Amino acid sequence: MSRHSENGVAPEAGLRPVLDVRDLKVTFATDAGDVFAVKDVSFNVAPGEIVAIVGESGSGKTVTAKAILGLLPETAQSSGAVIISGNDVISVSPHQLRQIRGRDVAMVFQEPSTALNPVYTVGWQIAEGLRAHRPEGKRVGRKEARKLAIEALDKVGIPDPEKRVDYYPHQFSGGQKQRVVIAAALALNPGLIVADEPTTALDVTVQAEILELLRELRDKFGTSIVLITHNMGVVADLADRVVVMFQGDVVEEATAEVLFANPKKDYTQKLLAAVPHLGRNSASAGFSERAFQDKEVVVEARELEIEYPGRLGSPAFRAVDKVSFTISAGEVFGLVGESGSGKTTIGRAIAGLNRTTGGSLKVLGYEMLHYKERSFRKHRKDVGFVFQDPAASFNPHLSIGECVAEPLIIHTDMSGPAVNRKVEDLLESVQLPRAYAKRFPHELSGGQRQRASLARGLALSPKLLIADEPTSALDVSVQAKVLELFREIQSELGFAALFISHDLAVVDILAEWVGVLYKGKMVEQGIGHQIMGKPQHHYTKRLLSSLPVPNPAEQAQRRALHQELLASR
Amino acid sequence: METKQSLFSRLPVISQLKKSVGLQRGMLVTGLVMTIAFLLTAAFAPWLAPYGFSQRFDQTQAPPSATHLWGTTAGGYDVLSRTLWGAQTAFLVIVVAVVLSIFLGVILGLVSGYLGGWLDRVLVVVADAIYAFPTLLLAMVMSIAISQGRSSLWSGIFSAAISITVVFIPQYFRVIRAETIRLKAEPFVESAIVVGASSVRIMARHIYKNATRTLPLIFTLNASEAILTLAGLGFLGFGIEPSSAAEWGYDLNHAQSDATSGIWWTGLFPGLAIVLTVLGLTLLGESMNDLNDPRLRGRKRAGKKRARKDKELVDA
Repeated sequence: MSRHSENGVAPEAGLRPVLDVRDLKVTFATDAGDVFAVKDVSFNVAPGEIVAIVGESGSGKTVTAKAILGLLPETAQSSGAVIISGNDVISVSPHQLRQIRGRDVAMVFQEPSTALNPVYTVGWQIAEGLRAHRPEGKRVGRKEARKLAIEALDKVGIPDPEKRVDYYPHQFSGGQKQRVVIAAALALNPGLIVADEPTTALDVTVQAEILELLRELRDKFGTSIVLITHNMGVVADLADRVVVMFQGDVVEEATAEVLFANPKKDYTQKLLAAVPHLGRNSASAGFSERAFQDKEVVVEARELEIEYPGRLGSPAFRAVDKVSFTISAGEVFGLVGESGSGKTTIGRAIAGLNRTTGGSLKVLGYEMLHYKERSFRKHRKDVGFVFQDPAASFNPHLSIGECVAEPLIIHTDMSGPAVNRKVEDLLESVQLPRAYAKRFPHELSGGQRQRASLARGLALSPKLLIADEPTSALDVSVQAKVLELFREIQSELGFAALFISHDLAVVDILAEWVGVLYKGKMVEQGIGHQIMGKPQHHYTKRLLSSLPVPNPAEQAQRRALHQELLASR
Repeated sequence: METKQSLFSRLPVISQLKKSVGLQRGMLVTGLVMTIAFLLTAAFAPWLAPYGFSQRFDQTQAPPSATHLWGTTAGGYDVLSRTLWGAQTAFLVIVVAVVLSIFLGVILGLVSGYLGGWLDRVLVVVADAIYAFPTLLLAMVMSIAISQGRSSLWSGIFSAAISITVVFIPQYFRVIRAETIRLKAEPFVESAIVVGASSVRIMARHIYKNATRTLPLIFTLNASEAILTLAGLGFLGFGIEPSSAAEWGYDLNHAQSDATSGIWWTGLFPGLAIVLTVLGLTLLGESMNDLNDPRLRGRKRAGKKRARKDKELVDA
């Protein structure tokens, strides 16, 4: 396998590195004084090597990536050296920097839909770099640029490149757009590509394709890649060497095999331990049939349909198509699916934020098909909701205490001091200090905010809690703590929960019963460990095999399995 | 901004002054000085002005002299006194007009944006229709409707203010409505809906404060426009009677014929007063706008440069 080939291992003596970062320091001027984003970072990348920089948010990994391309904002001050094929990016003139960008180093961005300009064809955008650089000293003609753009699209596996070179970005899917971005980065055959979270915005099945493409590029063209990511699975899948960053410093640097097998530093060990691992710690371990079936049914969906009205002339979009399921009291129902599968739509419909358009959806006995805010309001106190983004789900002008108290004030006639006491108790139950009631949302970290959000959702001891991707905006170590807390509180209070997530491993930790959604249809549901262990439906199999696990050896096997699965289709 | 600052340094203008550097600070300070000068003149006009605004003298069109520092007009008014008193009228009109339009604009914007539906459509069409009208024409029509063209101090001020209000409501309405529609989709509003909060509670508690953050900026920018509209009304003869209040636009109107016969002082000073006041308010508003936006705000360079500065200081 390519990852074990000799050009894949640590840089050898005598081989000139493509990228050499020495003592890089980056400081930002902010209103609150100087912030040292990158303190002292040194590493290098050999030709044909894939180096991953991993770390949690605030570790300085993205700033490092931007420093490599000289893309730092004006407020940043950098020192040290970033040497790309003999030029120091930090000290060269803007003109030289333009020469280096594209020719020697190119970037792949996180969000492919915003990295492409919607008003130009993809061919034009790929050729833009060619025109700017005049390879071999002569101007690139229109025909020639087009030919090169088609070649680049062909390289990244876009089918029918002669025709699609004239397409606009919106005519491509998310994964194809990321391929186009990579094609644009490849147009001038740079020796180095910096990929900043290249798969974070993509679904796991698409992520697997893009990772495969990046690996091919390295194998075929010997391109070196600096991969910035927070996803340990992606690292295990692709990287030869790993640089772990924490708060602007390099904590540990090792080859992928060594790092995953025996991490030396405490921080790396903690980071790896926090990554949810499929099949470990399953909530449904030991279950052979569905639990809680003797209890009251809290949510019952029968042939549920939800349509979004189309624009004039275009048909309505059916987001949820004939989905049936039940959630019983005390049960955690895990709903898994990729973006656009309709999982969030179902969660929102249960909370009355979306209207249902067909079939039947009964929430606590209330038929949502004939939904009226006025008549549903009395059920509101029995339905809690935890939103995806903890930063946005709190009113920035109210203190945490006021936010958590809101359901109490609306639904009970508790007096002021009683409300305050209850709020403090709630905060304590989600392991936040009582004094945090007086703080404002921006003064809390992401994990703390999500705990406060959980406290608000549970303020009235609801019978049902809907959690829509509650941990996907959090770092892994924080995610692990929030999941642990969720599990504890759920087993203590015994509410029913609908847990929505795109991450199978996370769902497996919490949910006893799991449903898999694909394009609005429930393709499979069953006991958690059975779905994860012995999937029946083809889509579930593909979904599971495309999920990268944080273990290079195991991931290599899984990758082979995934290829087989795709080929067999 | 994570650390708690003292109340004083978090006040609107003060906090921006502290954040500013270089050219932006220069603009802000210039605007601030001019605006404060205008406010002080308005407050102390009765003591600053040598004569009353409606006091007439026998010497008409007299050039600047010791008794009349900026000369007199064809009607026998003292130019200096009228210009100083004019600040007071301008101030009152700004306050009344802007307060009225903010009040109505914010309420209409919140309700229209949050509830949506046919109410929203009707209000947007009305606002657009008002927008499509030439500002001054509309103000004139309102002024005629309210006070038949000219009037005493307070009814004059109110008619001018209300004419301006009508023109400004759509501006506030649009800004607040757009913000409300954006905020309506924010998770914290949805979480309030899920909790079971009523529409009124959501508008008052969750949207209002978040939607009105840009208002101080529109306020300063609109204040300068209000002065221009008032001056325009006065210039066209729809302003306030010279006997009930001093008004720069009226004075300018009557200085028209003077200008051709070489009598410069009757037009120059009220004109300058308008220009300086509007300039001051615009500079203040624009620089506050830039400073409030972290992307537009200039900052001191980090690290090196400061160190170099320190070194220079040590060397010197």
